[in-house]
Amino acid sequence: MTNFPVEKIRADFPILAEKIRNKPLVYLDNAASCQKPQAVIDSIVHLYSHDYANVHRGVHTLSVRSTAKFEGARTKVKDFINAASEKEIIFVRGATEAINLVAQTYGKANIKAGDEILITAMEHHSNIVPWQMLCEQTGAILKVAPINLQGELIYDEFEKLISDKTRLVSVVHMSNALGTINPVKQIIAAAHAKGIPVLLDGAQAIPHMAVDVQDLDCDFYVFSGHKLYAPSGIGVLYGKQALLEAMPPYQGGGDMIRKVTFEETEYNVLPYKFEAGTPNIADVVGLGAAIDYLNAIGMDNIAAYETELLDYATAKAKQIKGLRIIGEAEHKGAILSFVLDKIHPHDIGTMLDSLGIAIRAGHHCAMPVMDFFEVPATARASFAMYNTKEEIDVLMKGIESLIEVFG
Amino acid sequence: MFDDLRDLYQEVIFDHNRNPRNFRVMENADRKVEGFNPLCGDRLTLYLKMDGDRITDASFQGSGCAISTASVSLMTEIVKGKTEQEAEDLFKKFHEMTTGKDEQINLEAVGKLAVLAGVREYPARVKCATLAWHTLDAALKN
Repeated sequence: MTNFPVEKIRADFPILAEKIRNKPLVYLDNAASCQKPQAVIDSIVHLYSHDYANVHRGVHTLSVRSTAKFEGARTKVKDFINAASEKEIIFVRGATEAINLVAQTYGKANIKAGDEILITAMEHHSNIVPWQMLCEQTGAILKVAPINLQGELIYDEFEKLISDKTRLVSVVHMSNALGTINPVKQIIAAAHAKGIPVLLDGAQAIPHMAVDVQDLDCDFYVFSGHKLYAPSGIGVLYGKQALLEAMPPYQGGGDMIRKVTFEETEYNVLPYKFEAGTPNIADVVGLGAAIDYLNAIGMDNIAAYETELLDYATAKAKQIKGLRIIGEAEHKGAILSFVLDKIHPHDIGTMLDSLGIAIRAGHHCAMPVMDFFEVPATARASFAMYNTKEEIDVLMKGIESLIEVFG
Repeated sequence: MFDDLRDLYQEVIFDHNRNPRNFRVMENADRKVEGFNPLCGDRLTLYLKMDGDRITDASFQGSGCAISTASVSLMTEIVKGKTEQEAEDLFKKFHEMTTGKDEQINLEAVGKLAVLAGVREYPARVKCATLAWHTLDAALKN
């Protein structure tokens, strides 16, 4: 992939020119949140400067323009994940809200005491806690499929946990703490064979690979914009139309209704049924701009380039004495979690920061994963399409130097 | 290479991190309290031996970053022989030193704990230094 236009891409991200502690920024915390290209920033400025008004309401020109941009972004999202219809694209705050929405609508309507919800041991908190809350409310039981020491789902055990009582399977597409990419097609086929719907948490997968929800045949797919080079505060719930139609609404308010009297309310059609109140108009437009930007590069090209970065980083990391990689799945995205002998991840984080390198140090909102690997925390370098091998060299040199200092 | 960090990671801190003092389980402790920082996963168990209101021995077990390990190690040294009130006063001064907005910090008042003053410049790391003291505070108040 020597022809991947990384320098051109870097020039599109103004923040990458920042100096941190007088050193060039090496931003390797992309799994927490990605930086934004100028095109996304400009799209928001342009909307507020020229096209902004509330959507779906006015007959005046600006409202029409604003609505066209807003709904245009919905079509971009639909095409990006190859959904069958715009009706299947619900705008929410992020992946977390999307999972909560499914738990509190689909879950409450379909899951009862004694029923089971199946997740995996590599989930982060947003794909654990909403289900625990639903279980508390309904008396349902949360089942957790185990992982092995490489950080891979033990598929046979997972399949054994699918029972006559399983009502929903909710699985991470790509793990944020380990990088593992799950065999989601196999998981979906196994669940569907027993008539069980599957939610995929795509927060981490979406910026790293082409996602086709019809090819996957998942019932729900959730992701956040901010990990997709789009603004924070916007995310997407994809759901199959028939499922969404049958679900009760989430929040009540304006825009989600067709007719209101004090006696009864008739709910609006999809997707508006789930979008109460004035939506996050500007960030939806920003999300549309991010998708345009990514389409111009090509998700398959991005995936190939990032695989090259990960392979390079992994090989270099393995040469460092005392470094242990956490998460060595065969099928893995561009995340390198690691620990160092006798050096706490927070010390690693502070030391690298002084060199201008931003990594994550902590439990990555996946405490059960930390418990499994018997570490309090890990250091995590996560790569994006704008990272380079030279930056990985800076990271590895930094790690070697701090090992020396701690000696 | 890490010149900017010299104020934060002083040699004393590396020393206490490599060889923590009073790092042992205390049999027959009068007080035993767990400290936990959910943000970073640091855990420690603090043991105190009391004679009336005087701390006669202090020790700890657990794992954490260099800042938190050095902080608890230094603390167990410094509180030995102090009364509960003296230890609480020291906590107050330490807290002011690590979190205070005041430009003038009284480093003499905290003795050798002054090596931890550097965390003031690193808001994300203040909790690493204060976990030990919050745990002591809990132990004295229980």
